Amino acid sequence: MKELVILSGKGGTGKTSVAASFAALARNAVFADADVDAADLHLVLHPEIQVRHKFRSGHEAVIRQADCLRCGACLAHCRFDAVRMDGKEDGEATFTIDPSACEGCGVCVELCPAEAIDFPERMCGEWFVSQTRFGPLVHARLRPAGENSGKLVTQVRTEARRIAERKARNLIVVDGPPGIGCPVIASVTGASAVLAVTEPTVSGEHDLARVFKLARRFGVPAFVCVNKWDINPAMTERIEQQAAAAGATVVGRIPYDRAVTDAQVNGQPVVEFSKGPAAQHIQQLWEHLWKSLV
Amino acid sequence: MKLAIASGKGGTGKTTVALCLALSADGPVRLLDCDVEEPNCHLFLKPEIRHREPVMLPVPVVDAAKCDGCGKCRQLCQFNAIAVLKGKAVVFPELCHSCGGCVKVCPTHAIREVECEIGFVEQGTSNGVEFVTGSLNVGQPLAPAIIRAVKRHANGDGLTILDCPPGTACAMVASVRDADHVLLVTEPTPFGLHDLKLAVDTVRELKRSFSVVINRADIGDNRVLDYCRAENIPVRLQIPEGRRIAEAYSRGEPVLAAAPELQEKFRQLLAEVTG
Repeated sequence: MKELVILSGKGGTGKTSVAASFAALARNAVFADADVDAADLHLVLHPEIQVRHKFRSGHEAVIRQADCLRCGACLAHCRFDAVRMDGKEDGEATFTIDPSACEGCGVCVELCPAEAIDFPERMCGEWFVSQTRFGPLVHARLRPAGENSGKLVTQVRTEARRIAERKARNLIVVDGPPGIGCPVIASVTGASAVLAVTEPTVSGEHDLARVFKLARRFGVPAFVCVNKWDINPAMTERIEQQAAAAGATVVGRIPYDRAVTDAQVNGQPVVEFSKGPAAQHIQQLWEHLWKSLV
Repeated sequence: MKLAIASGKGGTGKTTVALCLALSADGPVRLLDCDVEEPNCHLFLKPEIRHREPVMLPVPVVDAAKCDGCGKCRQLCQFNAIAVLKGKAVVFPELCHSCGGCVKVCPTHAIREVECEIGFVEQGTSNGVEFVTGSLNVGQPLAPAIIRAVKRHANGDGLTILDCPPGTACAMVASVRDADHVLLVTEPTPFGLHDLKLAVDTVRELKRSFSVVINRADIGDNRVLDYCRAENIPVRLQIPEGRRIAEAYSRGEPVLAAAPELQEKFRQLLAEVTG
């Protein structure tokens, strides 16, 4: 079984549009949306949710005001600027924890001399196992300002793998998050290959180099495809040369085509919505990639 | 005044808007690139970098001679970064969030911290804009630690513009949580609308004042405008899709040079949100 993770570094380069088209083209696959804090794949695949799971992960500190001695030990120990002090430290100060900054490390809980800090489990979102007309989809929704997105990504990938094994599917297509931090690392570790979808801009180029570095660091082979390549053909050439030099395989180009946006507005994968240039090139890209994978 | 430029969806034009605002400001302005996983402002601003400092994260090291294997550190650690093997504590630094708790609870003082470099912060100037950018080293997970380091350079009383990372998770929250106003940049597509709603939920949760900029306003459909109207969210500016703008951006050239008619609009926008 192969697991293909679609990344980009820079956001908005077309990861989800490509992933949705791959869903329509793959014969025997499971799909996973690992962009858990801005998941969009479901807007095109229209999943029917079969099972919902609460995602609880980690804890958050909450000060019981009735038991608080106003000593400020929590403020002194917190390295995440999560303790708010109102009033004066030596007088009528009150201390509260800002949940948006609390890392859930538990240091204040442990070191509070009055044991006045509770440490309840944190509800960080939900994840779903769904059916689409192309195959099973595992996806998630991080709570607004939710913590632990990396762990939620791992949860989504683990479930997708379990389904693929149970149903003898030979491929998992993972729509990944932008960036190179925690959720991206959680998307890449142990995958069979990365497809980097980029655009011919200075930021696309800059961010792609960091994705290659990340893939190499985790020992995952990388493929690359330049989307909207005709916006800047010279830049496309340059990116492809740099990709090859970085050990990545160039598997195709996608031309600028309004049909990509129109397909999205229509809630369909491009390859299903249109027979135009973008659809044709995505089809070729898929065939090339599939041959390289197996 | 801290003005954060954010979005749910990536690639909607945050960096473009942040740069145009910084370059349209009349008075002194500081621009902080908080998208430390993929910082891009410097590609367009091409600043002269005056100062570079590493961002260090303290990570525990165990002195095996002093460790008696009691496991208090392992019990405290919420990130599974410490195990006790053969009667001694062992640290897995890549899982450590650098909270410092293990050092404080160790009864035999067997744990100390060493500074580990996870990225850097650079300062410079360009076109009258004071510029600060952060960069996370590839392979390091903890973007918020770099973001906090970048934000220490905010300009106390003056105008600070923050170019934020996409999404609604830790990195975005670390960037916008104390902003005086958040501009959410979106595009009029189903993905743009869906992720805008998530971003709106997030800034509401953080109790921030916010409004919307619609980029590539003439593609897609009207559902973003309808949503903003229904939710009483001000739409401050609509930027048209244009080949001129896209091509200038692709080459790393300032968008305001390619579309000078936008400058006055950005100036007005700045006056509205800072006034």
